[in-house]
Amino acid sequence: MEAMSMIRPELVCPAGTPASLRTAVDAGADAVYCGFQNATNARNFSGLNFTTAEMRGGVDYAHDKGAKLLLAINTFPPGGKTDLWKSAIDDGVCFGVDALIVADIGVAEYVSQNHPDQRLHLSVQAGASSAEAIQYYCESFNIKRVVLPRILTVKEIKAIHDEIPCEIEAFIFGNIGMMAEGRCSLTNYITGVSTNMDGVCSPASHVKYEEDKARNLMTKLGDFTVDCFSCGENAGYPTVCKGRYLVDHREEPYYAFEEPVSLNLTSLLPDLMQAGVTALKIEGRQRSRAYVRSVVSAFRKAVDGYMAGENPELSGLLALTEGHRETAGAFGGKKWR
Amino acid sequence: MDPSHKSRLQNLPRILFAPLPLPLLEPILSKVVCTISRNRPELTNRLGVHKYKSFVIDPTNIPFALLLQPNPDEPSLRAYRRNQLPPHDARIAGTLLTLLDMVDGKLDGDALFFTRDLIVEGDTEAVVCLRNALDDIEGSIANDIADIFKTPGRAALAAVRRIKGEQHGSYEHDPA
Repeated sequence: MEAMSMIRPELVCPAGTPASLRTAVDAGADAVYCGFQNATNARNFSGLNFTTAEMRGGVDYAHDKGAKLLLAINTFPPGGKTDLWKSAIDDGVCFGVDALIVADIGVAEYVSQNHPDQRLHLSVQAGASSAEAIQYYCESFNIKRVVLPRILTVKEIKAIHDEIPCEIEAFIFGNIGMMAEGRCSLTNYITGVSTNMDGVCSPASHVKYEEDKARNLMTKLGDFTVDCFSCGENAGYPTVCKGRYLVDHREEPYYAFEEPVSLNLTSLLPDLMQAGVTALKIEGRQRSRAYVRSVVSAFRKAVDGYMAGENPELSGLLALTEGHRETAGAFGGKKWR
Repeated sequence: MDPSHKSRLQNLPRILFAPLPLPLLEPILSKVVCTISRNRPELTNRLGVHKYKSFVIDPTNIPFALLLQPNPDEPSLRAYRRNQLPPHDARIAGTLLTLLDMVDGKLDGDALFFTRDLIVEGDTEAVVCLRNALDDIEGSIANDIADIFKTPGRAALAAVRRIKGEQHGSYEHDPA
């Protein structure tokens, strides 16, 4: 492959804890994204995320090593309860974060009115998947980058790129969410906790694992059985969208929404880079340092290899995928199953 | 590796620890948990309300399980035969080396769960919180524990890691 003439894409990596942030930066992340320990971010899981002091330290660590810190404030504040979101924004700006990742138009408006010089990215949670929608956000709130939902082909991404005035960030690895992002209410329906306002999909407080003596595993969310895995069968996350259900037209339980599988766009990286994608995003703030170290270093090597005109060999990430299965999802074509 | 050899190595701790009277472990485990609690306060800070929970840490290839109560005011780690375990909030089970590698940030808890190498029971939120809190601890807790017992401790850990090295490593792209 010939060396590419385009701009080197930014590798945007997850950090659920300060230790993960340092691991990601040391493994070659150009930018890390993270959130506070509250409902202002969409990975509001127990034991995860940053205190204000840790966020300040994270910004310093990233900047000292030449990396950026992107602060996710990407949930939707309930009516009349916006103080927490405003406080998170003010803290982030004060600490010198390189960008705020937002989804809610009220949150975006607060930033553009009160911190007009602060760089804004549009979260995948905003679900902006058309050039018209993205243009609206850019014109209204001076959005500089959009994180695209994982429902578009590379060809569609290229077409959007040609019509919008901002950068594009695309997911390349990790949990795949093909539900309407930012609009999914499956968790809310079952648990009363909102993915979009509380920041928790399938809250662990409502998850139960029951394994019998033969090592058959049943996963439950609230009162609903999400899946049953026989002994030795690979398991997935206990999310409703990846559950296996009895449906009328099938004799056996069936993955009626999505399957437990991870996104891996290794093979499509050159296509994404040529389509004008500015930033490549790795999902997984809920994952461990081991995951961050392995995935970030692998994609660092891949991106650098492609930019140098090489064909880097990428393997070994299957061990980290959900259900030990991977897919190019919608990026490779609309038929992802 | 030959599967029968791997199986023998996995069962080695069960054989080695079988004759061990558990009361002998009490002062050692107490020293371990008190030292970690004192030296790693960020662990209990990140645990939040779950620091008051009780966790069974169950290395499936040794003949006993551990009951961890991380409450910083009275941290406790005790060994029990599996049929004598007191009531607890959650249980985390896997082979000894799997659990050690996860605690040391070399293996990913979610990936271990996907492959069924990690078993979680009881209060899932407490387990997730403990996993996240441990993952934020840099350096090696296993090394911390070995250092408590000076040369014999370090030698024992080195032996365990040699066995681990024969069994498996961390993920392929792990540069560490």
